[in-house]
Amino acid sequence: MFEICLPVLLGGKCIPSGALFGQLLIGLINGSFYALLSLGLAVIFGMLNIINFSHGAQYMLGAFVAYLMLQYSGLGYWPALIIAPLVVGLTGVIIERVFLQWLYKLDHLYGLLLTFGLALIIEGVVRNKFGSAGLPYTMPDSLRGGQNLGFMFLPNYRAWVIVASLGVCIGTWFVIERTRLGAYLRAATENPTLVRAFGINVPVMITLTYGFGVALAAFAGVMAAPIYNVSPQMGSELIIVVFAVVVIGGMGSILGAIVTGFGLGVVEGLTKVFFPEASNTVIFVIMAIVLLVRPAGLFGRRA
Amino acid sequence: MKKTLGLAALTAMLLGGTAHAQQVTVKVGVLSDMSSLYSDIGGAGSVAAAKLAIADFAKANPNVKVELVSGDHQNKPDVGSQLANQWYDVDKVDMIIDTPNSGVALAVSQITTTKNKVFVVSGAAASDLTGPKCNANTVHWTYDTWMLANGTGKAIVKTGGDSWFFLTADYAFGHALERDTMAAVEKNGGKVLGKVRHPLNTNDFSSFLLQAQASKAKIVGLANAGGDTINAIKAGAEFGLSKGGQKFAGLLVFASDVNALGLATAQGLTLTETWYWDLNDANRAWTKRWQAERNAAGKFPTMVQAGVYSGLTHYLKSVAALKSGADGKAVVEEMKKLPTDDVLFGKGTIRADGRKVHPAYLLEVKAPAESKHPGDFYHVRATIPADEAFRPLAEGNCPLVKG
Repeated sequence: MFEICLPVLLGGKCIPSGALFGQLLIGLINGSFYALLSLGLAVIFGMLNIINFSHGAQYMLGAFVAYLMLQYSGLGYWPALIIAPLVVGLTGVIIERVFLQWLYKLDHLYGLLLTFGLALIIEGVVRNKFGSAGLPYTMPDSLRGGQNLGFMFLPNYRAWVIVASLGVCIGTWFVIERTRLGAYLRAATENPTLVRAFGINVPVMITLTYGFGVALAAFAGVMAAPIYNVSPQMGSELIIVVFAVVVIGGMGSILGAIVTGFGLGVVEGLTKVFFPEASNTVIFVIMAIVLLVRPAGLFGRRA
Repeated sequence: MKKTLGLAALTAMLLGGTAHAQQVTVKVGVLSDMSSLYSDIGGAGSVAAAKLAIADFAKANPNVKVELVSGDHQNKPDVGSQLANQWYDVDKVDMIIDTPNSGVALAVSQITTTKNKVFVVSGAAASDLTGPKCNANTVHWTYDTWMLANGTGKAIVKTGGDSWFFLTADYAFGHALERDTMAAVEKNGGKVLGKVRHPLNTNDFSSFLLQAQASKAKIVGLANAGGDTINAIKAGAEFGLSKGGQKFAGLLVFASDVNALGLATAQGLTLTETWYWDLNDANRAWTKRWQAERNAAGKFPTMVQAGVYSGLTHYLKSVAALKSGADGKAVVEEMKKLPTDDVLFGKGTIRADGRKVHPAYLLEVKAPAESKHPGDFYHVRATIPADEAFRPLAEGNCPLVKG
């Protein structure tokens, strides 16, 4: 084992290499959540041109639906992983049909304000019903325990988080960038009238895309329920960071959202070791630098 | 003419009647977090507790009329200050109670003394309220950081937990709690191996836990609150903290936090509180009434909410004794003179620096199998007597304490 040190200029703190590997792995795990959430945002922005500020509230709803399923119907984690995204995705479909579809032609600001307002309402209603302290959600027995990797103890659940998140991210990227359905979707955002002329029902496709983006948020919420506090404010605490991730990756870029999600998780993890006080700020510092150097984001295409 | 005379006589009679009964009116404001992270600790539950206090007091003292208002400070000192000013100046409020969030409480305490009203703190923790920042219009009722640090810190060191690592919320409250606990640990022969300061509202604690595990300290002290404490403990259970022979010490944990964690995750956690709903029959009976008033059968009152009941009761007694609530300093002086006595906190006193003293309880969270009914959270491990539970009067640097 050897030690790894920061330059004296940055404090010169040293940690053993084993601990560093542990921190890198943990960064990847947190990055999985950033990637999952920013993926949904990127899909919605890329396809609908809507800045979905209710994404955090929808992530929270995912966790709460999982809790309610366990509480009232005894359905545990695995069914919740499928059903909660479907339920929350359905509410997304309703929101799109009732509100969002009227906003596509207007400035981004309108969609942002509407979804922000919805987020406040959803959060308020949930807080009123369940209180602010949070609700217990236990881990499924099949994912309890962990492996000793020599340099750290890796809980099985965290390993599962990385695997599931990578699977969903790669699957989504593949569908949008490499299949015929994805090609239709991308074409529909470029020129809806022309795509319609080919006999494709564009409004339904857009509605389902929003529903899918929202379902991704809910999926991340269910993934988070066993390890984080399930409370009404769990989403609003995370969403600002996730927006920064999307901006760094390039608004609307699917690959950008995934890569920056994981990457920034690692950067944040390292900050927690060397300079913990800055761990909430480091992402925004990076965002500022990226915006100065590449205003469209790391993976963004200039409009 | 005859009619007018009759009316005049009637009016005189009525006026005379009122004067004879010596009606006193006071207006009380519950200033709390109604909509955010501390709203389960105080919030609507504190308003319910205040209503119960007023109802009980009215039975014995029909000549004192009590009006109640409540407001949301949103955890912002500026919003809280503005509301306090408006209540005192425009709405003629005589006293403010509760006020979780030390930042808001310190601001309101300042305003209260300038306007010569009364401020009874139940929700805020900072021991500075009866230390350097004390004043003659503020009473700190339920608990403070010194008491939490000494109750939990001392007890754990004495039972073998002599090496500590701190996870500290990086703002005034966390620093104060860390400072007070470190002092208590070192005074009792323990040592502090390291600490890490995390930002408020941190979602993921795994990175910090790895650092705590690497330190090999026997005790990981949580100098934080609410969601941060819950997330840290959840991550600790997941990363096998106890398998490595380490244990958490929760320095500020409320019953609502234990409920959010679930007993399976929280079991074995040691903490200190000054009031626990399941401690005795009187508390249980009051809890039933509180649940009915709050209209929440599944919720359990926190020590902060119980403190609102107890503090308001004592304030009203003092107003009744003075027959006026107009002069804030005089009321607080009377509060300090009268011994306190109520169903929830029993007998106690208020010291010269405004510190209310009563016993504290060292509690340990039960395992799920040991919990017999909903809300059956704790084993009571020790009772810390009133004179040891709080910071000695001379050590607080309160300007009100002379010599």
